[in-house]
Amino acid sequence: MASLDDLKKRITSVKSTQKITKAMKMVAAAKLKRAQDSAEKGRPYSQKMNNIILNLSSGISDKNNAPKLLSGTGNNQVHLCLIMTSDRGLCGGFNANIIKKAKSYFSKLKKEGKELKIITVGSKGNDQLKRAYGDKIIENISFKNSKNANYFDAEKVGKIIIERFDKKEFDICTIFYNQFKNVITQLPQAQQIIPLNTENNDEDKSDVNYEFEPDEDEILGNLLPKNISTQIFKAMLENSASEQGARMSAMDNATRNAGEMVDKLTIEYNRSRQAAITKELIEIISGAESL
Amino acid sequence: MSEQFKLEIVNPEKSFLSKEDVTEVIVPAFEGEIGILKNHISIISFLKPGIIKIYSTSGEEKFYIEDGFIEFKNNHLSVLTSSIFNLKDMEKNKIQELLKLAEETSKKEINDQSKYLVDQKIDVLRSIN
Repeated sequence: MASLDDLKKRITSVKSTQKITKAMKMVAAAKLKRAQDSAEKGRPYSQKMNNIILNLSSGISDKNNAPKLLSGTGNNQVHLCLIMTSDRGLCGGFNANIIKKAKSYFSKLKKEGKELKIITVGSKGNDQLKRAYGDKIIENISFKNSKNANYFDAEKVGKIIIERFDKKEFDICTIFYNQFKNVITQLPQAQQIIPLNTENNDEDKSDVNYEFEPDEDEILGNLLPKNISTQIFKAMLENSASEQGARMSAMDNATRNAGEMVDKLTIEYNRSRQAAITKELIEIISGAESL
Repeated sequence: MSEQFKLEIVNPEKSFLSKEDVTEVIVPAFEGEIGILKNHISIISFLKPGIIKIYSTSGEEKFYIEDGFIEFKNNHLSVLTSSIFNLKDMEKNKIQELLKLAEETSKKEINDQSKYLVDQKIDVLRSIN
């Protein structure tokens, strides 16, 4: 049995850990509020963008001449996966869930004999993937210096992807991120952004005849790259809200566990203290009796 | 009044402005300024750097815009842009900063279209400076 001193030390150390996790939980809660706000505020833009593109693309008459970003390259041999994770750890299953989703997708691709390329956004994803898929990772982007998700960063990522697409480095691009549902639930998502998935058109198919300025093709050609940045930005916002949510619940659990541990250790400490006292008493009494 | 329509300006971070009582909007479209009144035909257009003027029953507002596009449908005008500033709140040094940036870009080797856009930007910034 550990000595009294050791127990006392352990209790203090668990207590200070508890203080840290509690503080982290509160920080995450405050940040979550902000991240959630900006995720909600960002939605109208990406929705509007999506609607306009859907309207435009449904009106395209010549499918063969449509921009490559919309119609694809015609192949589906090379897949690019954009894995979006956080830069910081201690957020429960947040990163692990994305990685798990991505890995199952990777193995599916492998079975089908497709070629795989990976771009990681956020250092945690890179850390976890580089052991098994190190040779597939072509780029690692990290925004450690940016405090909040901002559009400027998203645009940078978008540009990188489009540049690579123009060089014909891949045919299909999928982004992986966590969609924020609520504090306890974050859903890992795989969203295909190139070629654009235009099938889930739930907006009433209006046959509005638009007037275009300049012409339709040019607008679509300009809009599609923007849409990619917008989608990435959306993923970033969802991700940052999810990250804070996951961290909050993870830290809440940790705080509770630490509390339980302190209770257990305190009982053990009291017992051994009591045992020591009893032992001393017995020694004194039996000493007195033998006289 | 029945001559009013709805205007919404959104940027990636948030919904920037939303108004129900707009009577006329003049936007710097790619091929020249467009004035939009109620019951305008449905239109999608690109914007070049310039000034958006909004006339509503509550007065006139002006915004400096760098890029974006508009969609007008069923008397609902949506302006999507990633950089918009209220002209009233723009400070002189902010304008100068943007101007300097634009002038630097225009000196680089760029294609005709971006050159045109940058020149536009410089013109507009000079005019409001």
